[in-house]
Amino acid sequence: MEAQALFDMLKGKFGDAVVELQEEGFTPAFVVVAPASVKEISRFLRDDPALSFDSLMCLSGVDYKEKFAVAYHLHSMEHRHAIGMKAFLPRETPSLPTVDDVWPAANFHEREAFDLFGIVFEGSKDLRRILLPEDWEGHPLRKDYKYPDFYRGIKV
Amino acid sequence: MGPHPAGGPGEEGSEMSPEAQVLVGNADLFVNWSRKSSLWYLLFATACCGIELMQAGASRYDMDRFGAVFRATPRQADLMLVAGTITHKMASRVKRLYDQMPEPKYVISMGSCANTGGPFYKDSYCVVKGVDLIIPVDVYIPGCPPRPEALIDGIMKLQKIIMQKKNFGAKA
Repeated sequence: MEAQALFDMLKGKFGDAVVELQEEGFTPAFVVVAPASVKEISRFLRDDPALSFDSLMCLSGVDYKEKFAVAYHLHSMEHRHAIGMKAFLPRETPSLPTVDDVWPAANFHEREAFDLFGIVFEGSKDLRRILLPEDWEGHPLRKDYKYPDFYRGIKV
Repeated sequence: MGPHPAGGPGEEGSEMSPEAQVLVGNADLFVNWSRKSSLWYLLFATACCGIELMQAGASRYDMDRFGAVFRATPRQADLMLVAGTITHKMASRVKRLYDQMPEPKYVISMGSCANTGGPFYKDSYCVVKGVDLIIPVDVYIPGCPPRPEALIDGIMKLQKIIMQKKNFGAKA
C-alpha cells in the first residue's frame, strides 16, 4: 500500500491523532502521530487485514534538542510493505504508552530508548535499563548529557 | 625415591649405581619452568580480539605447543587473556574472575581496547580506559586486533618474565 493511501486511511479513522505524513527524504515514509494514540494506532496497523504490519523492525529514540521523538519501523510479512511511525514528545515529560503488548519485540527496544534517552513507556511489562549498569545516573544519548568523572571509583 | 617397577633400575642386580637417581638443580629453575610450560588460560573474551584468540588457539597457530590450553573456569586457570573492550558494566565481572583464579596468576592485556580503551578512548562514557585500572597486567599486546603471531609473542614474553621469578630464598 502506498504511503499516501495509508495516511488517508489512518486520518479517516483516527482524525486529529494522525498529524502529518513525512515522505520527502524518508524511506519508508513516516506517519507522525500523537503520542497518546500510539497504542491504538499500532493495534490497528497490526490487525487490519489490508495493512497487517506484523513485524516491528525497529524502535528508536531520537533527541531533537527541543523535543524527543520515538520512531517505529514497521513491516508486513504478508504484504511485503513497510511504513514508519513517529511520535514527538515534549522534552520535560517524555512519556508515551508502550506497544509491547502489540509487538512483544518492542520490549527490548523500549528498554534501550529508556536507558539511553530516558523516555518512559507507560504500562510496560518490564522497563529497566538494558545496556548500562542499573546504578548508572543519567541517560547518555541525550544531547545535554554530562559525563560523570568516576563510576565506582574508575575514571570514566 | 619410591619403589621401581620390577626389573627397573634400582632392582637388586641392576648395574646402575644409586648416585644416578639423584638430580641436583636449581629449584627456582624447575618451578618456573613448570609454570611457564603449562600456562592454562581462561576461556574468556569480550570483543573481536576473542576471535583472534580462538584462531591462535586453533590448529593453525596451535598455542598448545607452549602448554597454553584454555580452561572454562577461572579456578583452573593460570593466565587471563583480556581479549577485548571492557565496559564499566563488565569491569566488576572481570575483577571477580581475576579474584577467582588461584595464585600464581598472570594477565595479558590483548589489543588496544584492553590496553588503553583504544578507539573508544576519546569520547566514551561506558568503556574502561585500560584494563590495568581494574587488575594488574603483566604483558600488553598492541594491535586492533593483534594477529595470532603477536599473541604468541606476548605469551613467550610472559614465559621469559616467569623464568626470572625468584620463588625461594630471601626476597629482595
